[in-house]
Parts: sequence; C-alpha cells; structure tokens
Amino acid sequence: MPRWGMVIDLDKCDGCQACVVACRVENNVPVAGPEETARGRAISWIEVPSMIEGEYPNVRTRFIPRLCMHCDNPPCTAVCPTGSTYKDDEGLVAQIYPSCIGCRYCTNACPYTVKYFNWTTPEWPDQMDHFNPDVAVRPVGVVEKCTFCHHRLQKAKEQAKIEERELREGDYVPACVQSCPTKAMYFGDLDDPESTVSRLAKSTRSFRLLEELGTKPKVYYLTEGERYDGRKE
Amino acid sequence: MTEGKSSHQRGAVLSGPGLRTETSHSRYAAHFEDAELDLIQPILTTGRGFYRTASVLGVVAAWGLFAWLYQLWYGLGTTGLNRPIYWGLYVVNFVFFIGISHAGTLISAILRLCQAEWRRAITRSAEMMTVIALFFGIGSVVLDLGRPDRVLLIFRDGNIRSPLLWDMISITAYLTISSIYLYLALIPDIAILRDRIPRRRWLYRPLALGWTGSEQQQRYLKVTIGVMSVLVIPAALPIDSWVFAMIIQPMWHSTILGPYFAGAIFSAIAALLIVMGVIRRAYHLEDYLKPIHFTNLGLLLVGMSLIWFYFTFAAHLTVYYGGAAKEQTVFFSKLFGSYAPLFWATMATNVVIPLLIISNRRTRTVTGTIVAAGAVTVGMWLERLTIVVPSLANPRLPYAAGVYHPSWVEWSMTAGFLAMFILVYMLCSKLFPIVSIWEIREGRETALAEARERIEGYLPGWEVLRARPARDDRALQN
Repeated sequence: MPRWGMVIDLDKCDGCQACVVACRVENNVPVAGPEETARGRAISWIEVPSMIEGEYPNVRTRFIPRLCMHCDNPPCTAVCPTGSTYKDDEGLVAQIYPSCIGCRYCTNACPYTVKYFNWTTPEWPDQMDHFNPDVAVRPVGVVEKCTFCHHRLQKAKEQAKIEERELREGDYVPACVQSCPTKAMYFGDLDDPESTVSRLAKSTRSFRLLEELGTKPKVYYLTEGERYDGRKE
Repeated sequence: MTEGKSSHQRGAVLSGPGLRTETSHSRYAAHFEDAELDLIQPILTTGRGFYRTASVLGVVAAWGLFAWLYQLWYGLGTTGLNRPIYWGLYVVNFVFFIGISHAGTLISAILRLCQAEWRRAITRSAEMMTVIALFFGIGSVVLDLGRPDRVLLIFRDGNIRSPLLWDMISITAYLTISSIYLYLALIPDIAILRDRIPRRRWLYRPLALGWTGSEQQQRYLKVTIGVMSVLVIPAALPIDSWVFAMIIQPMWHSTILGPYFAGAIFSAIAALLIVMGVIRRAYHLEDYLKPIHFTNLGLLLVGMSLIWFYFTFAAHLTVYYGGAAKEQTVFFSKLFGSYAPLFWATMATNVVIPLLIISNRRTRTVTGTIVAAGAVTVGMWLERLTIVVPSLANPRLPYAAGVYHPSWVEWSMTAGFLAMFILVYMLCSKLFPIVSIWEIREGRETALAEARERIEGYLPGWEVLRARPARDDRALQN
C-alpha cells in the first residue's frame, strides 16, 4: 500500500499563490469575500502565508506553503466524536462531510490549524460557472480540509485498471503540485525507495513542521539557502 | 394513611430504642404541622413578585430563543468565532453549567454521607440545581454544533476514542444518577403534597409511587438514598476538562487541567449560595435557611477558593518556569496581554473578594456571603473564558493567531440560557418543596438523639458511664 506524501522545496517557492488558486478551483472551495476573510472565516485548503523577518534595510520575506500534513499520527482523527475524520489505508486523512456534526474539536486538535469550518452557506462569485464535478460541495456547518486531491487518486487508479497496469509515479498528483510554476512541489509514494519524494524526504535539507509533536506529518519541506545540492532536476 | 400517622411511625422507626425521641416528638408535634405549611406555602400561593420576575426572565429567554433561531437559519457565521478560535462563549457556558451541576449533588451527597446535620435545609435546592443545570450544559453543546440536526449521529457512529464521547457518557450517567437521587429524596415530600393539595392529585399521585411512609418503605428509601449518594460522587468527577487536556494545544495539554476543574465545586457552592439567598428571601424561609448555613457554606467557599488559587498558581508557575515557547505565548497573553483584564478580574473575584468578605467576622453575614458567592460565580465563568480562548487564539504556528469578539447572537443566547435556567428553577420550586419537608422533620424528630449518640460514641470512657444510667445525667452536667 502506498503512503502518499509531499515535498516542498522552499528554495524554489516564490510565493506566486498559483497552488492556492489551483486548489480553490479544483476542490470547489467557497469564496468568503474580503469582509469574512478579515474576520478569519476564509477557507483555503492550501495557504502561502508570507513571513516578514527583520527590519529595514535587512528585510526578508519567506514563504511556507501550508496545507493538511496528512499526519501518520493525526491528532484530529482520534478526537472526532462521530469518526467523521479518519486516516484511510493509504495514509490520507479524510473527512466524511455527511457525518460531521460541526463540533470543531478536530479543528482545535490540529496543531497546524489547517482544518476549516463552513461558517456560512458556501458562496461563489457569479462569474464562476464551472465546478469540478468530481468533488462534492460542502454544506454549511461542517469541517473541510485538503484531501491531497483524493478524487484524482481514484481517477488514476481507474485509468491504470483500464490500461491493465500498476499505478506509476506521476499518475496521481494533487492540483497544487501540478500547477506549481517553479516546480517546487513534489508528490508521490514515500514508501517507494525509488520515488522522488522518498529520496528528497531523506535529504539533509528536509524538515517537517512541528516534528517534535510526534504527529509524523507526510508533508516535508526542504530548507532554503541550498538551491543546488546535486539533486536531479 | 394520613401524614400524621406516618410521621409517628417514622419517628419510631428512625429513632431506635432507648432514645428520648418520643417525648420530643410530642413536644414538637404542633411545630411539625407549621413546618409543613411553611414549606408548602410557596407551592400553594404565588405572589406578584414571582410573576413579575418570571415575565422579565421570559422576555430574556424569548430573545435568546430568537437568537438561536437566527443562528440556526444563518449558521455559526453569526457568532464571533473564527479560525483559529473555533470555540467561544457556548463552550464556556457548557463548562460553566456542567460545573455548577457537577457539584450541586456532590455537596448534598457528601454532606449526607458525613451526616452533617445542617445539610437538611439545603440538599433539595442543590440537587435540583444539578439536574436543571445539566440540561443547560448539554444544551450549550448543541448550540455550539455546526450541524445540530446531526447530533444523534453520535449514537450511531460514536467514536469512543473521542473525549467528547467520554463527556457524553459521563454526563449521561451523571444526569441519570442525579435525577434518580433527586427523585428518591422527593418521594416522601410528593406524598405529603398528594395528601394536602387535592387539586394537584393527578400530578402527585403517580409521582408519589404509593408512598405511605410504612416501616418497610422507610427502610428501602434510606438504603437507596445511601447507595445513590455514594454512586453520585464518582459520577460527579469532572470529565469535561479532559476535552481540553487531551489535545496538544498550549496550556490545555496539562495534567492539572483535569483536577483544576474541581473549580466546578467552587462555582457550585457559589451558585448554591445565591440560590439559597433568593429562596430564603422570596419564600420567607429565614427560619430554615439560617445564617449558620450561609456561614458554613461560605467557609467551604473560602476553602475552595484557596484550593483553586493553589491550582491556578501551580498551573501558571509550571508554564512560566518551564519556558516552553508556545506555552509562554499563551501565558503572557493571559497575564499581561489582551486577556490580562479578564485574568486579573478572575483573581479578584475568585480569591480577593471572597477572602476579604468571609474571613472577616463582621462581613461574614448572609448578605456578605451572597455577595462573595456572586463574585465567584462571575469569576468562574470568566476563568473558563480565559482557559478556552487564549489557548486557541495563540496556536502553535504563529501566523494563524486570531482575536475573538463574541457577537450579539452569542451574548443573547448566553443571557437567554441563564434566564431560562432561573425560570425552570423557579417553576420547579412551585411544583416541589424547595426545602425538603421530610428531612427537616426527620431532623427535628431524630437528629438530636442521633447526634447525641454519635458524640457519645466519640467520648472516651463513655461506655463505663453509660453502664450506670443513674449517673448519666450528672456526668453530662459536669
């Protein structure tokens, strides 16, 4: 069974937000509008917050794309009173919207604060007339989050079955990875020693967010400042 | 069988041989009837003050109901909650109501088990507070759900690993046990009402379960109440705090948080004192709820205040000294940051005010105790707020920090819930005696003799004196 994971090279991320837009379109993520966003109500399965460090003239802006870490030891799943959020066989942390009662215990338990709640009935701008038919639209009052584009995995599996072959690397990548213009994001099976992600995850540059909590996140980051370390491009 | 007859029997049954209750019983016989009338009076007649208070509370409750419908219609977006502060006033209210409930019965059960004689006038009001507050505690959680329509899914898909489920199980158990406990102790009183208020026989007759006060019934009641007052104590242990302590939020994830919610007992004593003050005044029961009751509970309140302070001090000192970065952020925002006014207000209301008022003999009056209790009640609500919100406002990843301003919907519903709670309590006090008639009567009939016998049991060398009954009285006088 594969163990899907992601590696994000922070050297390559220029904060363009293409992944944020791609995710929003791919997953029918509702648009909160400026007012609600200012109140902390916006939903964005992936975010690229900018962190400004230092003071003028020595100022530096850093970007760190943040999405669900799909922890191997997720703090959010244990606390769910209805088992609506759970980790599936392939290590993806999933959310069943119809059985979520909206208690927001999982959103509090997540140390990465990457679970989102639908405060209001989801809305989209009028101009947007196209929805991704593969992804369910979430009702008001439930929690949602990044699924690593799980629907793409299902599609890839079906395609591979039709073609009577095993799933290959690159068959399944989430929308954010696919859309990254600087190719800063990698996706694949962490248990496959040959895969790009498993090799990069072993790199000396690799780290994970809040690793000390023991959540075993499956999103790895490569630290900045060592752009060329002999990696195969 | 008439009540008078059954009270005779009870006197005989409970007093046992060799005690001088029969004479005291006949001496006080006339007063028994008065006592019953005093305590039944609030049920028989309802003054204008009651209706006036009830209508004000009714308006507030109706406003709260409107706010709830508004929230149901538009979703939780009508609250001030956001990411990352996913929990706010509703969860604070939940912990608060569970807090005052988790101890109402505990106080009554512990005092009963300790055979504290002064309990007799306060057990009923404490037990009633427990059962009613529990419903509002459970209600607060339902208010907080994004999908209250799906709440029953917990029964179908319940995940036992979730502390919320532990809560549900423990609260259900506690509600069941404390309801039975309340009801058991009500049965003899309901039988009195059944015999005295013919127009409400339809209500009291089935509820009295054919109570006649026979010797066998008395024995069964005594045993079951005894068993229930033991059972209720483990069921009352605060589990709700584990909802917070189990997850790795800074300052929630600590071993002290479970026992810290023993503050529940603290808040319950305070709430009980307020309730007693109101009952005493409104129903003219000054002769039943005497200054000694307020003094005793007031001293208990100060004791709990000091324990609470020790817990708070321990929790914060540990965090400060340990110096872990994420915990420190929460610590400083609580003590010196945006939550500092709330935190220090809690310290004033929970420690300084009760200590100043109650440790001073001159201010340790009924009014003084109630003022201190009022401060503690407000303080314990604030304390829950400063536990729930600052931790959520400062999550581990700093760029998700947030602020929380409760919306009018949340305030309205909080006010509405409080009003509804008081209203239901008032209505219950119109249906059932708010001071236990039979326990007071039992006290008058047998307590003196029982206490005497108990004290005699402590006294060294008493058996020798007792063997010579002729010198008994002389020994006592010396």
